[in-house]
Amino acid sequence: MRDNALHLVIKNKYDFEDKLQTNNINLPPLSIETLQVNVTLKCNQACLHCHVDSSPKRTEQMNKETVDKCLEILKDNPQIKNLDLTGGAPELNPHFDYFVLEAKKLGKHIMVRHNLTVTIDGDPTTKESKMYLPKFYADNNVEVISSLPYYQEYFTDKQRGKGVFQKSIDSLKMLNEVGYGNGNGNLILDLVYNPVGAFLPASQQTLETDFKKELWEKYKLKFNRLYTITNMPIHRFKEQLERNGGYEEYMEKLVNAFNPAAAEGVMCRSLLSVSWDGKMFDCDFNQMLYLQIIFDKPMTVFDFDYDKLMNRKIIFDSHCFGCTAGAGSSCGGAISE
Amino acid sequence: MNYYESKDLGRFAEVGKFKPELMKKFFDYYNAAVGTEGALTKREKALIALAIAHFKPCPYCIDAYTTACLENGSNPDQMTEAIHVAAAMAAGIDLVHGVQMLNNLEKHGA
Repeated sequence: MRDNALHLVIKNKYDFEDKLQTNNINLPPLSIETLQVNVTLKCNQACLHCHVDSSPKRTEQMNKETVDKCLEILKDNPQIKNLDLTGGAPELNPHFDYFVLEAKKLGKHIMVRHNLTVTIDGDPTTKESKMYLPKFYADNNVEVISSLPYYQEYFTDKQRGKGVFQKSIDSLKMLNEVGYGNGNGNLILDLVYNPVGAFLPASQQTLETDFKKELWEKYKLKFNRLYTITNMPIHRFKEQLERNGGYEEYMEKLVNAFNPAAAEGVMCRSLLSVSWDGKMFDCDFNQMLYLQIIFDKPMTVFDFDYDKLMNRKIIFDSHCFGCTAGAGSSCGGAISE
Repeated sequence: MNYYESKDLGRFAEVGKFKPELMKKFFDYYNAAVGTEGALTKREKALIALAIAHFKPCPYCIDAYTTACLENGSNPDQMTEAIHVAAAMAAGIDLVHGVQMLNNLEKHGA
């Protein structure tokens, strides 16, 4: 939690705001182009690096009233062009299809953080099949953004669990079959790479070339872009670092790799993050650290105020070094490459 | 305490405590040769460095260039092939000295 003593010690040692001041960087909000909504913490997987601590055991779900309020915000604020659905596996929320269909009616660009395997696994508790997803996405022109930590089985299964790589390949084939990633620009399929351990991602462009070559040559698979994302030193990944005695070393690596150009482009300047229970945050990572946006009181979607939010002070903390290291990291991949 | 402490790599620059101008020349040369894209990519250079790190067993370099290889996009298969090249070269360098042994054997009438 934010106020415990350990948190304050870490903040002092890795002080992001101090780094911004030293570099004469001021980062007010620029816009709210994207509403990123975490609709459930439930997932069919339990990945080592997951900053959300998702797993099949999690039960938190956004209810329909909150979904409707998010849709109302999208309707009333044409400046918000994108709806970015995440989780957990967002498809495991019972109102997921409704959310997509209604947002589509509003003319919004819809992105889904789709873990690929949920199509094959289905719902881990209700056993409901999710094999309809590729066609559902294609019918609604949803941009699919999928984690595939590596183009080889070894790293992918090590991070995401045994058998995940093969299921991901099968699911990607299904997406290609309905027209995703074929290069005509209509149905966009992006992949997300994140390092398997405590190191920074390689160049996004170089890795994209490798991924495209390997996935095509071995599996005849196509996709549009590869996003590289730095592992955030919070929650499950942080615990892993601490167990291995590598937390301090990783933080120092992130701090030493601070890139002012990446800082200017951090995603929290143009995005708002909503939790399953409607609370509002500057980004998904702040959400997981309970760093809620506060005015007179902690803000939820039920007191959404665009102008007020544009004048907020974004909450920064030590984990923000993860977004500004090297080429930078965001939900859209590298920032300054 | 071990003779090689991994955190000591961070103190490498302290070798320039005396005669700093020599250390500066080394670091300028090192960074130009290893740390930049040139006719070889940084990825290729990191794989060569990893192989050398094994050839002349250096715990600091093995740590540093395992990470550097990963951060430049190499995968474990490529890294393992690189150290096999180093190991094969090392074995070959040992074995090719067998020619010197043969020369001497001939002198001894063998």
